[in-house]
Amino acid sequence: MSLKFKPLSWVLWALLLYLGVWVLDWALWSAQFRPNPVACAQLQGQGACWGVIAEKWKILLFGRFPVEEVWRPALVAVAWTATLYLSLAGRLRPAALLALWLGVLAGTVPLMGVAPMALWGGLPLTLFISVLGMGLAFPLGVLLALGRRHGPVWLRILCASYIEVARALPLVSILFLAAFVLPLVLPFKALASSQDLLPRVILTIACFSAAYQAEVIRGGLQTVGTGQAQAALSLGLRPWQVQLHVVLPQAIRASLPGLGNSFITLFKDCSLVAVVSLFELTGSLGLALGGDVQWRPYYLEASLFVAGVYWVYCYGISRALR
Amino acid sequence: MTGLAFHFLQDPAGFSLSESLLDLPAQALYLEVLVAGLLNTLKVAVPALVFCTLLGGLIGLGRVQKTGPWKACCDVYVGALRNIPLLLQLLALYFGLTRYLPIASEAWSLGDALYLSKSGLALPVWQGGGWQLPVRGRFSVEGGLTLSPEYLTLLLGLSLYTAAFVAEVVRAGVQSVPVGQVQAGLALGLSPAQNRRLIVLPLALRLVVPPLGNQYLGLLKNASLGVAIGYPELVSVSNTAMNQSGRVVECVLMVMLMYAALSGLTAVLMNALNRRVNYTGLTA
Repeated sequence: MSLKFKPLSWVLWALLLYLGVWVLDWALWSAQFRPNPVACAQLQGQGACWGVIAEKWKILLFGRFPVEEVWRPALVAVAWTATLYLSLAGRLRPAALLALWLGVLAGTVPLMGVAPMALWGGLPLTLFISVLGMGLAFPLGVLLALGRRHGPVWLRILCASYIEVARALPLVSILFLAAFVLPLVLPFKALASSQDLLPRVILTIACFSAAYQAEVIRGGLQTVGTGQAQAALSLGLRPWQVQLHVVLPQAIRASLPGLGNSFITLFKDCSLVAVVSLFELTGSLGLALGGDVQWRPYYLEASLFVAGVYWVYCYGISRALR
Repeated sequence: MTGLAFHFLQDPAGFSLSESLLDLPAQALYLEVLVAGLLNTLKVAVPALVFCTLLGGLIGLGRVQKTGPWKACCDVYVGALRNIPLLLQLLALYFGLTRYLPIASEAWSLGDALYLSKSGLALPVWQGGGWQLPVRGRFSVEGGLTLSPEYLTLLLGLSLYTAAFVAEVVRAGVQSVPVGQVQAGLALGLSPAQNRRLIVLPLALRLVVPPLGNQYLGLLKNASLGVAIGYPELVSVSNTAMNQSGRVVECVLMVMLMYAALSGLTAVLMNALNRRVNYTGLTA
């Protein structure tokens, strides 16, 4: 940093310093940390009332899960976060990762199973939707991209129109359809009860994200030179072997940054399931404070807390992928 | 299901919108409320497009600098806003506006022309050859043009959120300009300001325009989050219309059609802009 005298720059630094002190004062020195509504009311907004988080953290992080059992979703969230980090850091072989995820899934079912699916919420739900959604969306995206590039004409048109339609519509409208309308029009009732809202929403988000990932992967496919596929064909590999062993590994490696961005977008888009009354992190904010007159004035502090959780995950994912 | 039937669009909708650019009668038809919803989407999206471009450009240029307080602000801004869901930002913003602003009778005013309160922002409006100023009444701010808190939240939230992404696009564009080009410009005797305007800007724009179009399309789609804070935009109106009429598939098709038209229009405009910035000039 240059020590040249720049008046404007110093004025800006001074302003920032003032702002920083003011924020610190609000957030730390004048803040109330105990869940004491009387003390919080006395602050009159001059300090943050973090007591709202001490009071409501179980609902904010775990939704409507029975209070005496919250250690279960907490354990699940820790296990999923650790496994997610291991997957993104890229130190483990794919087979080991798959085994790890299967193990985590097998452990999750009995842990969460003590409460009906409708009561799941908060951070574990955000993790379920984003990770399972990504896990389903990625293979679907690969198939869509391959279909759009190499399929017969009818399949190309089908894949292209699916991708374009899904990308033209807002996720909110598609979620509404899947949550409230699909059960009315589906001919079979297997996927139609409100018990199945969560699987239906995960499937919907996966199908939505797959359209975006298909475009990312298509870009990756275009970076693989045609000579690669020709060489593999001339070595006697079958067309599907060429794709699976030669083209796709290179294409996916090239599209990894884009796929990482897709995953972060997916993670943030999970917040939209709040509009179809699933209470993941954003939804549980309304759940915790919506009907509570005493704590509702501290909505801002609670939303800063939830924003902090999102930030840690999204920033962490982008760092782990670097 | 017995085939598509769009006759219901000519039926009275039986619900009204809390705000609309059209002067809707009490017995408005489905078609009319849907069009009003589309106009509400545009009413928030078009100004947001302008704001996010201006702010995003400013922040993107700030991030290109090497050091300084402005760069620090821009870095924090982009790092914070990109990693928090827009819905959460909108909900917090809506809470902030409806809680911390004064009630209408004590509205903050700026030169007796603008009034900001829990009931929204009142602006002067051009009427009959003169400016009609809003007036602070006993229970509300009267006269002028009032923008609802829902509208303000969505406008502000969309602009601030998209600006963070536009800033990254601008930063990538500026950083892509080869150093040699800048040095050549300086060597030819251009001043730093001329260099920025004549060398860096045209070269950066070529890389900026296509991803900028993607951000604009994203903003149009994100306007649908108005449904979460009660702003009657297209998706929210069509949801109500679906529930009222039971014409699910038709309503979805109408929404798809309107979004396809919006996206198509944006794509055409951005392609035209792209052709303009990609002129080749003199070639050997």
